[in-house]
Amino acid sequence: MSAATPSIPELETAGRVTFPRVLLSEWTKFRSVRSTKWSLGVATFLTVAFPLIPAFVMKHHWDQNHSTEGGSPLDIALIGILIAQLAIAVLGVLVITAEYSTGSIRSTFTAVPKRRPVLWAKLIDYALVTIALMVPAVLVSFFETQAILSGIPQLQVSFTAPGIARCLLMAPVYVMLVGIFALALGAIIRSTAGSISAFAGIFFVLPPLMHALPQSWQDATLKYLPSEAGRQITSLHHGSDTLSPLAGGLVFAGYCAAAIAVAAFLLQRRDV
Amino acid sequence: MERGYRGGVIEARDLTKNYGKKRAVDGLSFTVHPGVVTGFLGPNGSGKSTTMRLILGLDAPNRGDATVNGRHYRDHPAPLHEVGALLEARSVHTGRSAYNHLLALAQTHGLPKRRVDEMIDLVGLHDVARKRSGTFSLGMGQRLGIAAALIGDPKTVLLDEPVNGLDPEGIHWIRNLLKGLAAEGKTVFVSSHLMSEMALTADHLIVIGRGKLIADTSVEDFVASASGQVVLVRSPDLTRLRERLAGPNVSFADSERGAIEVHGLTAEQVGDAAAAAGIALHELTPQQASLEEAFMDLTRDEVEFGAPPAKEPA
Repeated sequence: MSAATPSIPELETAGRVTFPRVLLSEWTKFRSVRSTKWSLGVATFLTVAFPLIPAFVMKHHWDQNHSTEGGSPLDIALIGILIAQLAIAVLGVLVITAEYSTGSIRSTFTAVPKRRPVLWAKLIDYALVTIALMVPAVLVSFFETQAILSGIPQLQVSFTAPGIARCLLMAPVYVMLVGIFALALGAIIRSTAGSISAFAGIFFVLPPLMHALPQSWQDATLKYLPSEAGRQITSLHHGSDTLSPLAGGLVFAGYCAAAIAVAAFLLQRRDV
Repeated sequence: MERGYRGGVIEARDLTKNYGKKRAVDGLSFTVHPGVVTGFLGPNGSGKSTTMRLILGLDAPNRGDATVNGRHYRDHPAPLHEVGALLEARSVHTGRSAYNHLLALAQTHGLPKRRVDEMIDLVGLHDVARKRSGTFSLGMGQRLGIAAALIGDPKTVLLDEPVNGLDPEGIHWIRNLLKGLAAEGKTVFVSSHLMSEMALTADHLIVIGRGKLIADTSVEDFVASASGQVVLVRSPDLTRLRERLAGPNVSFADSERGAIEVHGLTAEQVGDAAAAAGIALHELTPQQASLEEAFMDLTRDEVEFGAPPAKEPA
């Protein structure tokens, strides 16, 4: 900063705020913080690497007693996303709550004072990134676990067998919806710790709590929880105590839509 | 209201904002015009930052209205070309570099990357532009905030305590910047709790206390109105002069040797009284209060005696 009278370069072009521009701006913000790389790296790594453990264990057990305890080959391939979803949820929360904790939300809403485009852009950017990473990660996880179990014909699963492709392709969608749900929670709650606690409560604490209820209540309610309903789109077998993949997916998407609606409503009226 | 200027007019009408039970801004009405630096003054906690957030639509008023160039800030299709704002509170993600912070702002309006580089050079952050802004000093943070405020080449500039944390060179730079922007015909609205700083930069003043308007006036008028009647008198016969001047609204303060300050009388009254009594005067000077004193006189009421109705000395 020189002490001489500063001259501000003039702008020859004057642009207005458009949605594609907000999308690009949010993408720049998304990729330019460390938490993004870490969370996405961890999520992808867990999705690909974690299934190796049960795959080797199963192979070993099979040699001993021909038992499939520990789940089906498909369950094993998808076990990583159960852990990866936590990293995706945390990042989803951070995408919005870090703006509030650092104060950058004020810059953001000064540039885009209509506010809602910012929420849409964050959701779209994040959803696309999650899908783009999770689709290959899940496929790698499926084929690597199958390769490990290749010596055991009973544990071979064909990609084209009924339901398999659906489960594998819906797993990334499930993770994406988890991220969207978390982002919306973050937009509603605005504090990082509060949002992550709320997410953990809904996804990891509520289901076991439901098991304390009488059986008939459990049957009526448990399957409608976001985590239980959402999981159905990635699972092969369905009984009377679970929703169908389509119904489960719609219920989970409904929760996401409701959270987004609340977030969008509050975003417009709250002071920042 | 363009009047051939490049700046926009900021207009606040009956602006009122409560936080819980506390009223931060109370029926504030004022207009900020282009082409001059308008200082926005008030003690800490008087509602300056809140007013600026209300203008930018970051907070919603409980009553009243603030517009820039006839529109609510929110309704401008290209807000960064309209208003450039530096807020007092940090508004940068600490994990993001200065470059990426500015780039993200520029992209919302489709500005080229070149513009980001120009702004970084302008505020002298070239060497640290790629570092995480969380590592910045207060002064570097202010420079980044100023770069962000100017990136859209705005018609109106809104700066909340811009000299905070800057070194003398940086303060000098800001002064020149503000004057230069005003000279270009832009609207410059800058808050401060330091009168001395405003004395060097502002042409016009809007003074608030406890969220209410105290003064909306030019800098000279403000000082004149707040100076009151204080006269410095130098005389070899101060004792007799005191007796002559004594009255219910007159008080004396000791000054340097051989001189006193007379409060409550004009220079004419003191001179006439001395002439009538045949007392020699060696000096008779009306005292101009410094801007800082004028400011403290005005806002002292707001602190000590509750909130009187807003008055406009101008």
